Amino acid sequence: MMDAKIFFNDIYKSQDQPNDLLKAFQQKNWNSFSELDLPSVKHEEWKYTRIKNVFTEAIQYNQDKTDFSEEELSKVKLPGTANANSLVFINGIYQPHLSTLTDGSDRLIIKSLSEASTDEDADFVNEHLGCSNAYHPDGINALNGSFAAHGLFIKVKKGKELSQPIVIYHFSDSRSGFRFSQPRILVSIEENTIATIIETYHKIGNHQSLTNEVVEICVEKAAHFRYIKIQNEGTDSNHTGTTQINQLGKSTAHAVTISLSGEIVRNNLNMVMRAEFCESHMYGLYLLGGKSQVDNHTIVDNAMPNCLSNELYKGIMDDNSTGIFNGKIFVRKDAQKTNAYQSNKNILLGQNSSANTKPQLEIFADDVKCSHGCTIGKLDEDALFYLRARGISEQNAKALLLHAFAADILQQIELEELRNYIDSLISERLTITI
Amino acid sequence: MQEENDNILEQITSSEYKYGFVTDIEADEAPIGLSEETVKFISAKKNEPSWMLEYRLKAYRHWLTMQEPDWANVGYPKIDYQNIIYYSAPKQKVTLDSLDEIDPELRKTFEKLGISLDEQKRISGVAVDAVMDSVSVATTFKEELSKVGVIFCSMSDAVQEHPELIKKYLGSVVPATDNYFTALNSAVFSDGSFCFIPKGVRCPMELSTYFRINAANTGQFERTLIVAEEGSYVSYLEGCTAPMRDENQLHAAVVELIAMEKAEIKYSTVQNWYPGDKEGKGGIYNFVTKRGICAGPFAKISWTQVETGSSITWKYPSVILKGDNSIGEFYSVAVTNNFQQADTGTKMVHLGKNTKSRIVSKGISAGKSNNSYRGLVSVAKNASNARNFSQCDSLLLGDKCGAHTFPYIEVKNNTAQVEHEATTSKIGEDQIFYCNQRGIDTESAVALIINGFAKEVMNQLPMEFAVEAQKLLAISLEGSVG
Repeated sequence: MMDAKIFFNDIYKSQDQPNDLLKAFQQKNWNSFSELDLPSVKHEEWKYTRIKNVFTEAIQYNQDKTDFSEEELSKVKLPGTANANSLVFINGIYQPHLSTLTDGSDRLIIKSLSEASTDEDADFVNEHLGCSNAYHPDGINALNGSFAAHGLFIKVKKGKELSQPIVIYHFSDSRSGFRFSQPRILVSIEENTIATIIETYHKIGNHQSLTNEVVEICVEKAAHFRYIKIQNEGTDSNHTGTTQINQLGKSTAHAVTISLSGEIVRNNLNMVMRAEFCESHMYGLYLLGGKSQVDNHTIVDNAMPNCLSNELYKGIMDDNSTGIFNGKIFVRKDAQKTNAYQSNKNILLGQNSSANTKPQLEIFADDVKCSHGCTIGKLDEDALFYLRARGISEQNAKALLLHAFAADILQQIELEELRNYIDSLISERLTITI
Repeated sequence: MQEENDNILEQITSSEYKYGFVTDIEADEAPIGLSEETVKFISAKKNEPSWMLEYRLKAYRHWLTMQEPDWANVGYPKIDYQNIIYYSAPKQKVTLDSLDEIDPELRKTFEKLGISLDEQKRISGVAVDAVMDSVSVATTFKEELSKVGVIFCSMSDAVQEHPELIKKYLGSVVPATDNYFTALNSAVFSDGSFCFIPKGVRCPMELSTYFRINAANTGQFERTLIVAEEGSYVSYLEGCTAPMRDENQLHAAVVELIAMEKAEIKYSTVQNWYPGDKEGKGGIYNFVTKRGICAGPFAKISWTQVETGSSITWKYPSVILKGDNSIGEFYSVAVTNNFQQADTGTKMVHLGKNTKSRIVSKGISAGKSNNSYRGLVSVAKNASNARNFSQCDSLLLGDKCGAHTFPYIEVKNNTAQVEHEATTSKIGEDQIFYCNQRGIDTESAVALIINGFAKEVMNQLPMEFAVEAQKLLAISLEGSVG
């Protein structure tokens, strides 16, 4: 099998030369990729996820340019987002002609990263691009960074509220072979703004795909930001994604990650609180069947005092699926009066399903309230009995309980139509698999 | 009154580490450094049979191929394994007819430590195996124990007298190749305790080993092996102290427990190795591998530990729950002060059906210390109806210390039920206020609250140890509250 480094080296060398800022950034990332290589299961952060093989398979990927019609796009439109700002990525590259914006340029700016790194946003790009790198020294993040020049820059302007959410559609075309794509997005949510970003993924074709994504978001003072990630790409699709949200003073960030299918899925979600009085909420639901393996790694880094974070991840594993959760909470030396909560609950349905969880606390300040808890178990026998005794069939009783289990996370999605849509996906899954 | 105050003051200042004295006895030492020659030297010194030497050499050769692990959440300068004396034995007469013939200096040492080797200790009813530096110097109550068939002796005696048992069980739970420090231990271990409880016997008294490092530049590598046959019961205590020295000393022990069908082993440790001074200079590196196996159905192994000493503690007493319906327990209080570092926890490996485990870990950090809980609960595919409950709480005293939790939970069976919860907090101002209001000064209030915090674990200790452990807790944290 071909060595990933040699393979990517050719592509790295052959790409168009971007401006100096991005060139230096790519060079730095390429150097660290060359040094770190792809992580094996010996890497502590990748203990349960064998990702290396997926990457080495991906290096035979086809690089043909492909196109989609607007018709194909409309098929996968998320309900409740008909008028939303929709941004389309095909094979990791932003497609302006397929994207539509409802909010004007007085509120919302969308431009390429190479443009942003030469105009008035250059300082922002310089400061924030690659901020997630330090949290993921594993080669995968750096590999994305080595090709960051094709990335996208999004800015929500100071003091404005977006009338519609930003929905990002990622398409992978695997009709003619394994598709590997690396979207890169940098987002600036300026002071006193309200904005929502929704990301969703689709694969077209029967071959495998691998999406290695990095999204870095800076939420500035007093801004309210919501982020929803929906993964329902189907089997044969692999995903390694990092979303980092840097928060400045008195800002609120709220993230919901829903994973319903995929071969190997790895989501890194980092909340970095860089100023006082920040609030973070992280919710996740993974409902897995088949041989799916979903790995959620979250980091809450409290660097400053008086911040609050709350985290709840729930998983239902059926068939031969595996759910992995690793939640880290760091409370740095000066971060007194931090309140940090974390909870991970798992239900194992399948005979061959498994759950690996590691809720981790690292605390260096004394005046804090931190707690974490996790549970792994089956459905409550008493609750099942209660429902059965009232004439509800076993299948329905189970579906009812699982539905209620998932509801905690679904409630966190504000858009009603979208929530109902995901709810219906879950209902469909529960009745089929049980 | 003034005089009394002075007395108390003196007591407090001197009570920092009261076991820090050095005993001046001649020691018989191996040449410094580690090589095949050293291993052969130790084996020859102990007049070991050839199979034992082979075992050691195999472990040594394997050790050479291994890398020192670096995953633990502790930091220390690299250990120079060639600058350690691997064997040091107090010189004494070749054979002892009775305990009276023990070197008086040695006897005094153990008396200072509160371990009397004299027969008068009979009253307390604890059989003691005292290990100084590398070798066992005395074992009490041997005769009385042998009446019921219990074998309790030093490891070197066991190799000579019960080779068939040692051959069968040594390294069966912790193989020499298990990790870097077990390989090292298997190559150079000098002594330790061996304990065998035959079928159906309830050991009539608590068994205890007392470890003491005395000589400078030495490492202590002892080995404990406890085998409890079907339906037997034993409670075993372990205590340790060391002199105050500026350099760091290495202690890499291995403890193996084997509980057969319906047998129960209760293993309690009060670890009080020298923790280093206030600037973090000196102290013992305590890198220990402890593991028990519930080999038969309905077996039970319970670990209780109070960790107050050592500059670095790195140990994970584990239970392999192989027999159906077996039970594993782990109760721990780990206290770190000044520059101490502790990375401790447990592993519960559920293999059998209906196995249960319970983990209660309490970490207290003060000064500039770091205290980590690292645990693994693993439920194998066939371990149906496995049940685990883990609780790890951390208490932070002061704003320069750290508390960390790394619980790994791996479940491969869908009938398992696993729960984990952890909290981190400090002593509440309202709690202190409540005590102050009732006439309890702040220092006593803190001691009271800490004792309450650790109570769940302390309750698991045998009575004699519980009193000592409570005092130890108070001493370890003295001056850290302000």
